[in-house]
Amino acid sequence: METIMSILIGVLFAIGTYLVLTKSLLRIILGTSVISHGVNLLILIMGGVKTGGPPLLGLDALSFTDALPQALILTAIVISFATTALFLVLSYRAYKVLGTDDTEQMRGNENE
Amino acid sequence: MNNLVIMPILIPLITGLLMVAFRRKAVVQRFLSVVALGATGAVSLVLMVQIKDSGIQTLQLGGWEAPFGVSMVADMFSGMLLLTTSIVSLLCLVFAFYSIGKEREAHYFYPLYLFLITGVNGSFLTGDMFNLFVCFEVMLISSYVLISLGGTGIQLRESIKYVLINILSSFLFLVAIAYLYAATGTLNMAHLSERVAEAGQNGILTAIAILFLIVFSLKAGLFLFFWLPGSYSAPPTAIAAIFAALLTKVGIYSIIRIFTLIFYHEPHITHLIIGIMAAVTMLLGAIGAVAYWDIKKILTYNVIVGVGLIMAGLASNSTVGLTGSMYYLIHDIIIKALIFLIGGTVITLAGTSKLKYISGLIQTYPFLGWMFFIAALSLAGIPPLSGFIGKVFITEGTFEAGFLWLGAIGLITSLMVLYSVMKIFLNGFWGDSYLDEEKKGEVKGILFPLAILTLLTIGLGVGAEGIYSYAELAIESLMNPLLYIEAVFGRG
Repeated sequence: METIMSILIGVLFAIGTYLVLTKSLLRIILGTSVISHGVNLLILIMGGVKTGGPPLLGLDALSFTDALPQALILTAIVISFATTALFLVLSYRAYKVLGTDDTEQMRGNENE
Repeated sequence: MNNLVIMPILIPLITGLLMVAFRRKAVVQRFLSVVALGATGAVSLVLMVQIKDSGIQTLQLGGWEAPFGVSMVADMFSGMLLLTTSIVSLLCLVFAFYSIGKEREAHYFYPLYLFLITGVNGSFLTGDMFNLFVCFEVMLISSYVLISLGGTGIQLRESIKYVLINILSSFLFLVAIAYLYAATGTLNMAHLSERVAEAGQNGILTAIAILFLIVFSLKAGLFLFFWLPGSYSAPPTAIAAIFAALLTKVGIYSIIRIFTLIFYHEPHITHLIIGIMAAVTMLLGAIGAVAYWDIKKILTYNVIVGVGLIMAGLASNSTVGLTGSMYYLIHDIIIKALIFLIGGTVITLAGTSKLKYISGLIQTYPFLGWMFFIAALSLAGIPPLSGFIGKVFITEGTFEAGFLWLGAIGLITSLMVLYSVMKIFLNGFWGDSYLDEEKKGEVKGILFPLAILTLLTIGLGVGAEGIYSYAELAIESLMNPLLYIEAVFGRG
C-alpha cells in the first residue's frame, strides 16, 4: 500500500510542478493545490498506513495506529486552504489591476 | 513551567483580534497596538532576567509532558531576539502612524501587523518542528496581506511572486517534516536532538537536514534570494522596514536553531554547505548593492549581504563565530529597520527612488542626513558602532575554523557595502538641493523612531560589553544542546 501511495504522491508532485511552471495564474494556483494534496498524502503515509487499533484508552489491542500524522494533516489542510483562498483573491485582483493573468506579461519594470 | 513564556505570542494575538472590532477607530487601534507591543517587550525583558537567574524557561502546553505535547522554550537566544523584535516593531509602528495613511489604517493594517509579530515571536519560542511551521504560516499569511495591502500594480505583481515562492517553500517544509517524522518518530526539537545523537546522523538524516536548509534558506534569503529584492521594494516604507528587519531573521533563527540543536553532528557536510552558500550570498548581494542606482534596490541587496554574514558565523561552528552571529543578528534587526525607514523617508521626500534625481537633502533635513551617515557606517561595521563587534567575532570565527576564504569574502563585501551606502549619502544628501521650499515635506514625527534606532545602534556598539553576559548565556545554550534538552524534559 505504501508503495502505491508513494507513486501516487510522485505523480501528484509532477503534475503540480508542471502546472506551477505554466504561464496562467489560475493554473499556477491549481498546481499549488495539487502539490498540497501530494504533501498531505506524504505526511499520512509517513506514520505508516494502519498498523493496529485506534489509539483510544481502554481498547484491547496489541498495537495502535499513530494518530499524530492525522493531526498534522488537519492543520496543514486548514493552512493550505487559507493560503489558496488568499492566493485566488490576490490573483483575481492582480488580473483586474494589471489587466492580464499571463505571468509573461507581468514582467518588466512598469509601475515601479 | 513558566506561563510567561507564551505571553509574547498571546498578547499581540489577542490584542490583534480585539482590534478587528475597532476598524473605524484608528486612534484606539494605535493605542492598543502600542500597549500590546510595549507589554510584549516588558514580558521579554522579565523573561530574560528569569533565564539569566534560573536557566532556560519552558512551558508544556496543556500540561502534556514533553515529548508528547507542544513545548514552548525560551532560552537566552530567543529572549534577546524577542526583546529586539519588540523594540524594533514598536518603533516601526510609530513610524507607520505618520506614514501609512488612512486607507491602510482602515483596512486592518494594525491587526495584521500584530499577527505578523505573533508569528515571529512564536517562531522564536516554539520547541516543536510542526509548531514552528504553524508559526511560520501565521507570520507569512500576515505578510502576504501586508505586502499587497493597498493593491497598487507593483504591489500586486510582486506579492504574487512572493506568495507563490512562500507557498512552495512551505510545502517543502511540510515534506521535510514528514521525512523527519518518518526517520525519527518525533517532532519535539529536544527529543529530536536526543534521538539524532543516539542513532547517529546518517546519510538520510543529513539529506533531511539539507532539505530543511533549503526551506529556511528560501525564507531567509540565503543564496535562494531571487524573490527578495522585488518583494521588499514593493510595499510602503514601514512595512518594507519591518519585513527587512524581521522576516529574513526568522529564517536565520531557524537555521541556527536546527543546526546547533539537532543536526550538528556532520559539520564538514552541512556547515560547509552553509559556508559556501553564505559566501555566494554575500558576493552576489554586494554586487547587486554596488551595481544599482536605485535606493530601494541598494537597500534590499544589503539585506542579502547581512544574511550571508550571519550565516558565515554559523558555518564556522565555533563559539566565537556564533557569538559574532548573535551580535550581528541583533545589530542587523535594528540597522535594517533604521536604514529602510530612512531610505523610505528619502524616497517620499524626493518623490523618486532614483539616486540621479536626488541631491542635497542634508541642507533641508540635517538630522535625517546625519542619521543616515551613522546608519551607513554601522551597516559597514565601522567601530564603535554596533556592526563592528559582530563582524570582528564572525571574521575571527571563520579564520579559526580554517575558512580563510569565507572571512576574506566577508571583509571584502563589507567594503562594497560601505561603498554602496556612501553612494546614497554622497549623491542623495550632498550637493545642491533640487527641492523647492514649498515642496518641503514634514518629518518631525518621523524623526523620533529614527532617532531612537540610531541611539540603539550606537548604544549596542559602545555598550557591547554590557550585554556580553547575556550573549554568553545565549551562546552557551546554543553550543551545548544538553542544556536545552534537560530544560525541556525538566531534568535540570
